[in-house]
Amino acid sequence: MTDVTAIVDNGVNVEALLGAREALTEAPEAAKFVWRASSEWKGGTHTQSSVEGFFGLGEEQKHVKQFNYDSDHPEIFASEDKGSTPVEFILVGLAGCLTAGIASVAQNRGIQLHSVKATLDAPMDIQGILGIDSDVRNGFDAITVNYEIDADASQEDIAALVAQSQKRSAVFDIITNPTNVNVEVNK
Amino acid sequence: MINAIRQLIRPVGTIDVVVIGAGHAGLAASYFLSQQSIDHVVLERGEIANSWRYERWDSLKLLTPNWQSRLPGFEYAGEDPDGFMSMPEVIGFIEEYARFSAAPVKTHTIVQSVQRHLGAYRVVTNRGVWHAKAVVIASGACNIANQPRASKDVPREIASLTAHDFRTADQLERGGVLIVGASATGLQFADEIQRAGHEVTIATGEHVRLPRTYRGRDIQFWMHSTGLLDESYEEIDDVSRARGLSSPQLVGSHDLQILDLNSLSDNGVKVVGRLMGINNGTAQFSGSLRNVCALADLKMNRLLEAIDDWIDHNPVLCDAPERFDPTRVDDNPSLLLDLENSNIRTIIWATGFRPDYSWLDVPVLDRKGRLRHEGGVVDAPGMYVLGLPMLRRRKSSFIHGIEDDARDLMAHLADHMRYGVAASGSRAA
Repeated sequence: MTDVTAIVDNGVNVEALLGAREALTEAPEAAKFVWRASSEWKGGTHTQSSVEGFFGLGEEQKHVKQFNYDSDHPEIFASEDKGSTPVEFILVGLAGCLTAGIASVAQNRGIQLHSVKATLDAPMDIQGILGIDSDVRNGFDAITVNYEIDADASQEDIAALVAQSQKRSAVFDIITNPTNVNVEVNK
Repeated sequence: MINAIRQLIRPVGTIDVVVIGAGHAGLAASYFLSQQSIDHVVLERGEIANSWRYERWDSLKLLTPNWQSRLPGFEYAGEDPDGFMSMPEVIGFIEEYARFSAAPVKTHTIVQSVQRHLGAYRVVTNRGVWHAKAVVIASGACNIANQPRASKDVPREIASLTAHDFRTADQLERGGVLIVGASATGLQFADEIQRAGHEVTIATGEHVRLPRTYRGRDIQFWMHSTGLLDESYEEIDDVSRARGLSSPQLVGSHDLQILDLNSLSDNGVKVVGRLMGINNGTAQFSGSLRNVCALADLKMNRLLEAIDDWIDHNPVLCDAPERFDPTRVDDNPSLLLDLENSNIRTIIWATGFRPDYSWLDVPVLDRKGRLRHEGGVVDAPGMYVLGLPMLRRRKSSFIHGIEDDARDLMAHLADHMRYGVAASGSRAA
């Protein structure tokens, strides 16, 4: 039996999130964010990307510092493997987003988490990107996320956490639903 | 003299209250107004129970059993308390109620505008203008069938029907049918149309799964007994979200214990994810199907647990607890459907309904076009609304749910008539 007086702390400030939700319901314009990244080719299949600034709450915002990421391809692609494969960043993004959601929903529902681990698998037939077979798509065939969660909650409540987190996840939505992508070139 | 003639041609009435709509909600409001001897008129654009008459599909039956069909001072008196009323029966029931309550209904009177005028309301109709101190909006929750943006991109050779356009499977061209939406409406359409021999695909977003009977009794018996239906809008967590929920997957029939995506797939219906768009003739479905089904299963089981728990504390003659199979989802549900090269001949948008307030010229709508109200007390002095989902209680949109709401709100209205500003001031900001 869980001690109902115990204070649940998953390190998520749910009061602040709920406060923001309320405030942004009143001021929907402030809820409009723009996320940004910039990148530069380094040679071969190696690209360095960085994120720092973004727009939100009606003004320019900044991370506490600039974060840099190297993307490349593994040596079996005759590349130098100076960083993750871009498609792996998608999995990293999905894991980060779903897990953050699980922590927030758990905090809101008063569920103490002890550990939340996930492994992600995403099969892909590279005949697509190599142009061998036009019936094969470039992207993943599917994505499977396997969570192992240790928490003070029933199996069913944990399942509900994970389900709710998917429902509110930006990356889950980006992957499962189409998005118009405009790629432009300036000289 | 001229005035008298003008009144003959274009009657101008001054009255305490104008009730808009002579469905079950408007008639219930009228009942309580009459009880308090408040002078009023019920304006009806067509006939009594007009929406039930002209804006429902042929096979529809009420989702509540007959024993629940009740209006203020009036009960179902038929022989089949566990049955479900067909639309002609609902119309008959509401007509009978109008006679019983002697409601002052003016039929074929279309409200064209409601304006604020000299501290009261000016109600402009095709049959003259009424001035009233208070207005009760009881014009229904389902006047307009929603059509998402994607409906504009349907290839021209495919018929695109709203939920109001669909009456019977007989009206459909032979061939495949894509039904968008898996609420009560979408599920009933899918079931009926597949049985009529069409190949049905149903696009499924978030939905509410619910069995018709549980532990040997109708689900409404449990919703009623556990007090869930009486839960107040103030107790409901995130009421604005709750008000937007799609209707639970129910049908007014005891043929199946549960009409759900599993029973549809058993009959050959193909289940795909939420329709996200139609791009160059190809429909795109969300990859979130597994999760929306998991959510619906979890929520249904939570409700069933709550019912079991209630039964443990309130002995009732009933069967043993039971659980339903989880919703089966294909390993790889289709994400794309080439409409031009498939056999789909018809798309039906079962994507919800919304009220029509195009005639309301008082600034009481929020940015999403919904009425700003607190439990039915609209954000304008002396204006009320009835019959919207979870208006004051979980049961608000049911026929039997109107009584308590109408009683509360007409009492508030009576106070407003008596004390004016004071009563309006009691409205939560």
